[in-house]
Amino acid sequence: MSSDDHRVQAPFGAREVTVATAEQIGPYRVFGCSDELGPRPTAGQFYMLASSERWGAGSDERPYLPRAISVLAAGDADLSFMIEAVGPGTERLEQLVEGDGLRLLGPLGNGFSAPADGARAILCGGGIGIAPLAMMQQQLLSAGREVTALLGFRDGAHAVGARLIAGAQVATDDGSVGHQGLVTELLLAELDRDSNAVIYSCGPPQMLDAVRAIGVARGAATQLALEAPMACGFGACYGCVVKAADGSYRRSCVDGPVISADELAPDWLEVGGVK
Amino acid sequence: MTVNLCGIELAHPVINGSGTFDVIAARRVFGAEVDEQFPFSAFVSKTITPQPRAGNPPPRLFETAAGLINSIGLPNRGLAGYLKDELPQLATLPVPLITNVMGSNADEVGQLFEALEGRGEIAAIELNVSCPNVKTGLDIGSDPGELSKLLAAVREKTTKPLIVKLTPNTANVALVAAAAEAAGADAVSLINTLRAFAADPARPGEAWLGGGTGGQSGPAIRAVALAQTVAVAAAVELPIVAMGGIASAANGRQFLDAGALVIAVGTESFRDPAAAGRIAAALS
Repeated sequence: MSSDDHRVQAPFGAREVTVATAEQIGPYRVFGCSDELGPRPTAGQFYMLASSERWGAGSDERPYLPRAISVLAAGDADLSFMIEAVGPGTERLEQLVEGDGLRLLGPLGNGFSAPADGARAILCGGGIGIAPLAMMQQQLLSAGREVTALLGFRDGAHAVGARLIAGAQVATDDGSVGHQGLVTELLLAELDRDSNAVIYSCGPPQMLDAVRAIGVARGAATQLALEAPMACGFGACYGCVVKAADGSYRRSCVDGPVISADELAPDWLEVGGVK
Repeated sequence: MTVNLCGIELAHPVINGSGTFDVIAARRVFGAEVDEQFPFSAFVSKTITPQPRAGNPPPRLFETAAGLINSIGLPNRGLAGYLKDELPQLATLPVPLITNVMGSNADEVGQLFEALEGRGEIAAIELNVSCPNVKTGLDIGSDPGELSKLLAAVREKTTKPLIVKLTPNTANVALVAAAAEAAGADAVSLINTLRAFAADPARPGEAWLGGGTGGQSGPAIRAVALAQTVAVAAAVELPIVAMGGIASAANGRQFLDAGALVIAVGTESFRDPAAAGRIAAALS
């Protein structure tokens, strides 16, 4: 499941960087920071992020732990991230503005691997999960690969996030933008046209599970980027496990977050992936 | 600021809490820098049990004010897997290795001690006694009498220094520490996590954690850990390895001042794997 070929190693220890840009895109906050000390990550990798100031003392006297956030884009010495506020950690990260300090550890986890020669890539994601897919699109396009992007959002307000991925087909639950229905319906149509395509997916657990089932049923190479709450991000806490097809528990942070669909247990959601 | 813990020379007084740092995973993530900048003066392994354990079903974590509750369930490859797959990798660390073990009765603990006895790579054994006695349901380490019986049966099976990792989930930790001292422990370490319940926000009355209850760690438990360190230091002459929410050199200094010889950093390493190194540097 984890190929260390698709892992860029991180400097040991958290480092302080400065937020350079911050922009609101619908319900999402996108911010950029300089990162001169870190290496350039590969798509699918993530960072543990915490604000340098006032990390804690939010709702419930939290956050305490840093938050695992996929990298959205990376330049030679800068990184950007996409945040949707869903709890005390992301609420605090969303408040960051230019000049604020950020504590960062990474890049962490394994990244996506490139599709086989000649195979088309289908990026299929939803919500905040589009971040690693946006970076994967850039990587694939610069390598001259063919990419199709399918994105699902709950409504038109969230669908503005689609602007981060050029040329994406959009589905919304309420039909206010693009196809009314599930992004997996678009995925099935694409696979009907091209059964050799490689699927790259990241998004809400139920969507990811639907993509997993489609990938397995169609025999399509499918790489899923998992999202799991984690304390550390580097294999120490054993908190972020998911159930693998062989029945073992694997750590999303070091054995993932990218996992092949056929290596995930079919009941991975029921055993606590989502509660 | 070197320290001598049961005959083991440590370059500084900061080690890790068992189960809070995985060297083998960290080398995959950080490469050679882990060994080059190793933050601890000794490395304590995660708990090794006689048989492999998969650990508890997720969710395994719940963030709280100033800390977290975990229900990991001691996943490990078992004694044979540890000796074959992990010990050779841990043996190359630049610091002494302390192997943490747990068994559910004297036979199991004795088996663990005997298997580690000939392994020169291991400088000391830490015994996790936060294991329920299958007959009484009580943690062995919560009862001085139970702990005395266990140690009496196994102490002679190892010549290595024996550190007993005390549980805080007991009426009087000083009595348990005194029992450990009387039964031949060479040091005590404390505190393990405090038993805690994470309420599922969406299902009133139900447990969030897949394992049911869990253990609280982090700064939230520091004052409790300090109180137990003070109580144990007053009750025994043994060296004390103290831990519980240590996140800074100032925190660590309080435990040393309370009578600890060595301190351990655990949960703070989750927030920054290099934290213990910073704490050690600031203490020296």
